[in-house]
Amino acid sequence: MLLLNASGCLDALTAADTARALDAFVTKTVTPHERAGNAPVRIAETEVGMLNSIGLANPGRERFLAETLPRLHELGVPLWVSVGGFTAQEYAETCERLDGIAAIELNLSCPNVEEAPETAPEIVAACRAVTSLPLYAKLSPAVWDVAEAARAVAAAGADGLSLVNTIRGLALDERTLAPTLGPAVGGLSGPALKPVALAAVYACARAVDLPIVGMGGVQSGRDALDLLACGASAVALGTVLFADPDAPGRVRSELAAELALRGLEGPEDAVGLAHEDRLQTRKHLDIGGKALV
Amino acid sequence: MLAAEPVGPYTLLRLERGGLDPGRPGQFFMLEAPGRLLPRPMSLCLAPPGELGFLIDAIGPGTRALCALDQGDSLAVLGPLGNGFRLDVARPLLVGGGIGVAPFPYLSEALGGAPALLGFRSALHAEAAALVPNAEVVLEPEYVTERLEPGFDVLACGPEPMLEAVRALAPDAQLAWEAPMACGYGACYGCAVELDGRWKRLCVEGPVLSAAA
Repeated sequence: MLLLNASGCLDALTAADTARALDAFVTKTVTPHERAGNAPVRIAETEVGMLNSIGLANPGRERFLAETLPRLHELGVPLWVSVGGFTAQEYAETCERLDGIAAIELNLSCPNVEEAPETAPEIVAACRAVTSLPLYAKLSPAVWDVAEAARAVAAAGADGLSLVNTIRGLALDERTLAPTLGPAVGGLSGPALKPVALAAVYACARAVDLPIVGMGGVQSGRDALDLLACGASAVALGTVLFADPDAPGRVRSELAAELALRGLEGPEDAVGLAHEDRLQTRKHLDIGGKALV
Repeated sequence: MLAAEPVGPYTLLRLERGGLDPGRPGQFFMLEAPGRLLPRPMSLCLAPPGELGFLIDAIGPGTRALCALDQGDSLAVLGPLGNGFRLDVARPLLVGGGIGVAPFPYLSEALGGAPALLGFRSALHAEAAALVPNAEVVLEPEYVTERLEPGFDVLACGPEPMLEAVRALAPDAQLAWEAPMACGYGACYGCAVELDGRWKRLCVEGPVLSAAA
């Protein structure tokens, strides 16, 4: 598993070919009840990114399970279901109903809706108690210490981390100087988010021993390589999919070229290279492996 | 990119078609906007052999970049996308406002030069009416809805208040809606609009929707 989509950045039912080009498809966040989403305008482009304020529009858990999920299974792509809610119990109730999928991603950090009163570790613990599926905690980088948040969800039973969600941003209309988005503030994604994502992945990779799906501003193979080097073992594509439905194949081949350029055999060889200590560790293991042969 | 021709305050962007299907009138394409992160949705205006023509109002950084393209420049084009107009109508009347007339030249051709009622904010903007055969032009402060007579199968495209006024007068009208969208193929949910209590993604369920739907 290497390449995924960021939740909410692809509908596999309207773009099956794009979804099949990924190693797993991550659904839009499912909440217990149907959500219409936020009032328009929902999308704004900025100089180095984009803002969205969709507001977790989704058909709700029951319709998702009855109608959407069976159709997604037909695609033959491993599925990750993104789960949201307003209480730990709501998250857990959805997790409990999920079966036959590759993983659950807990959306603990949507910038466009009111936050759950419980903390992220409480939500993870509640979900851990009801499912044996892999649980990935999607965290916001907009906290003082994302590594501390990572340690807390790891202790609560998370199997992996998804880093990062969007952060809040604002854009103004060039004529009226009023906020472009209906709800004024939205989630910032795209190239502007990449350094934020790298910093979060770098910090969390040092803090916890969990697999990390890195995302935030990946436009190219080089961007994917940077996330791997910071400690991600998989990469998700978000905003780039909006402009380029063929991005999965392109990013894959660009990444292969970037790896070859550096004499690396596969993506796994790049994981953690930004960390000096891990680099030393792996060199040592490589030598040991060769000696054994 | 073959040419960028001024049409009143608008620009007619003529692109080499390549292998792309022009699709049905009212369908749209996502055009790469040079130097911008996101492509821009544009309905097809004209489809002469080997070409795709788009009528563009340069109102922001993306549309300005498109209108500034030079002959010979290449750009990524995705489409045709969405649902176009139904053409099985007995007494078609095209009703448009401003840049909303963009899909009408291609639509008019498909409907054998059906009559059109087009509203503009100035005589300069109304130069775009020259692209649409059999067009009656209305200038502000008069509105197209003041001249709209019953008994027609209305196919409309224009600003939201105009579409709302048209659907009030012509309950069976086909309306082409517009909303900012990032992707054009159902991924971003940016173009969702609430119509009669239901949310629809204009890119996959529209942009042309029946007024009664």
